[in-house]
Amino acid sequence: MAKKKPTFETPELGEYYEVPEVTEGTMAHLSPFVAQPVHNTDLNFPGELVDDWHGKALEKLDDLRTRYRSLQVYLDSCVKCGACTDKCHYYLGTKDPKNMPVGRQDLLRKVYRRYFTFAGMFFPKLVGAADLTRETLDEWYSYYHQCSQCRRCSVFCPYGIDTAEISMAAREILDSIGYGQKYCNEIIAKLNKVGNNLGLPGPALADTLEGLEEDVFDETGVEVKYPLDQKGADILLVTPSADFFAEPHVDGLIGYGKVFHEAGLSWTISSYASEAANFGMFIGSYENMRRVSLRIRKAAMDLGVKRVVFGECGHAWRVAYAFLNTLAGPFDFLDPDYPVPQHIMEFTWDQIEKGNLNFDKSANDEMTLTFHDSCNVARATRMGSKPGGQMEIPRNVIKAVCNNYADMHYDTIGEKTFCCGGGGGLLTDDLMEIRVKGALPRMTALRNVMEEEGVTHIAAICAICKSQFTKVLPYYGMDMDQIVSIHQLVSNAIIMTGQNTDDVETK
Amino acid sequence: MSYFFALLFIFATLVLVIGLARKIIQYARTPAPLKIATTPAPITRSGVVLRMFREVVFFESLFKGTKWTWLFGWMFHIGLFLVLLRHLRYFVEPSWLPGWIWTLIELIQPVGIYAAFAMVAGLVGLFLRRIFVDRVRYISAPSDYLWLILLGFIGFSGLMMKFVSHTDVVMVKQFFIGLWTLSWGPLPVDFPLIVHLSLVAILMIFFPFSKLLHVPGVFFSPTRNQVDNPREKRHLAPWAKAMEEQN
Repeated sequence: MAKKKPTFETPELGEYYEVPEVTEGTMAHLSPFVAQPVHNTDLNFPGELVDDWHGKALEKLDDLRTRYRSLQVYLDSCVKCGACTDKCHYYLGTKDPKNMPVGRQDLLRKVYRRYFTFAGMFFPKLVGAADLTRETLDEWYSYYHQCSQCRRCSVFCPYGIDTAEISMAAREILDSIGYGQKYCNEIIAKLNKVGNNLGLPGPALADTLEGLEEDVFDETGVEVKYPLDQKGADILLVTPSADFFAEPHVDGLIGYGKVFHEAGLSWTISSYASEAANFGMFIGSYENMRRVSLRIRKAAMDLGVKRVVFGECGHAWRVAYAFLNTLAGPFDFLDPDYPVPQHIMEFTWDQIEKGNLNFDKSANDEMTLTFHDSCNVARATRMGSKPGGQMEIPRNVIKAVCNNYADMHYDTIGEKTFCCGGGGGLLTDDLMEIRVKGALPRMTALRNVMEEEGVTHIAAICAICKSQFTKVLPYYGMDMDQIVSIHQLVSNAIIMTGQNTDDVETK
Repeated sequence: MSYFFALLFIFATLVLVIGLARKIIQYARTPAPLKIATTPAPITRSGVVLRMFREVVFFESLFKGTKWTWLFGWMFHIGLFLVLLRHLRYFVEPSWLPGWIWTLIELIQPVGIYAAFAMVAGLVGLFLRRIFVDRVRYISAPSDYLWLILLGFIGFSGLMMKFVSHTDVVMVKQFFIGLWTLSWGPLPVDFPLIVHLSLVAILMIFFPFSKLLHVPGVFFSPTRNQVDNPREKRHLAPWAKAMEEQN
């Protein structure tokens, strides 16, 4: 695709990310492309905006608040304390007050109040309630697609109000009246048809995996298998389809294969369920999320595997860790000795702890690493048996395979991590402006740790983060190759049994 | 006049109790279909109780968020709590409560006075913040200011009665104790008292229809009250179960 010159200005990196003054309407112009009718109907939504959208939208809002306690409680409970106002990377990067978490929530809350609360029905002005108009609808479409559902706001809210819950509800309302987003709905439709978000059919996958086997053999002299649809394998690996496709994702996939090989376990990818990501969550649709999840259940049953392991992917790990058992469980047909599902990071760290893997850490010596906690991994999941394992285990793995590591500023990692700017269904070119501006806090923290600690590369365990960084790093004067997969680092350092190491030494 | 206030408080109490009960029942009945605890989260029930305790008593999340808002907000709430405890003796007889609770209420009496100052100071701080921080000003509706003003005048009129023009609290106590049996005595006719009582009644009446619903709301917040154990224990809402059984 031809690269278009950006029509917006990239924010300048300051010494520290600053809280900007409220500047109304700076992002009002930005909306993603609207979904084609055929993609909406594939997902059981009306093809186009229905005539009675007003009544139908309110009906859906009423329906959702009786099905989701989060929505009902969060619409009622906000006291406008302002604690969240300076926490969203999209506000910090755009100055638009409707990108403050509470500002974004209020777009829906003002309508809820107007039609469903006593105060809003009789004293709308007093409590900030407002009618649902066509303008409101467009504003929902615009601003609820400027939220990456990263949950940073929910960390600081005294009532735990999570804007992601509100965004998901709003997107479901929009979908239910035929006003869906192209990027998400097209991708879900593609997955339902082909099995993955990129639309890679089985033969293409087989070809890619065969190529990887050859590459790894040429490089190491070890016959590492990258099996597809292999019945009776121990492990089903479910990984984001980006891992089959692009740098640096594919280097991670190579790493998973080497780890499985050294662990002495057979594994397979399924062409039917060749996607870890579940965009059903982005659009807040339980039904679509469940439909996507059931593919994984079916693949695990058909292939007769004992365990399910997920590759490096952020929102995917949220759906897998927190929702899969609910949506597609129970998984009583799998080996009860292992968590279902397991994260590849848990798997690898377990192997490292058992002493099953040998590393030459110096293979990563030309890099100094930092780690970007992916938002949904950090704030919506866990790894290992202890709370916080999702921050610890990836760092442990990095430190096991690299000599040089430094964290970014503590206010920008762990549970307070800043989103990469491209999550939650925003990883599309038509939203490039919000993606670049939303990356500002993360880019600031990265640049600081580069200057202060000599960091050269940033590792991530999410396909969206990796793609997003590849795109936005150059906007901020950095290099797109600075983003790496953790299992790429593992792959660099691992010395497999029987591996030819001569050429490494001569360098 | 005491007749009017008697009716007003009976009405206000009914509205508050029934209104809050209705909301609590609504929250309790609405399922949370997915596990959405904000992590790192406790992995046991007792861990969740501890997390909720820290949230409700110390405002842990707000402390992480904004120190000034935490300071003013916490001053106000803890002040209000102590003041309410101090006020208990106006509504209940010692013999109605277990001895140790009454001892606690008596111990709190002197603290309650200072707590009133903390409460009013906290409210002033919150009000100034609402005016002067542009982001908070942007999100404020008229009702957000009015609640602060209302609560401020409740505190202020209360302090007036304590320090400027004393009200006959024995009479006030007889009035409210009498309300329980619908045999109230006369209320003293004092301007600060009338203001104080009227505003409290207004607060009670509007409580269940306002953002003050954060009080029951926080206990029902799934990001805070869920145990982080989705892999270990299958979580399924009734409507999701019904959906499963259909296909």
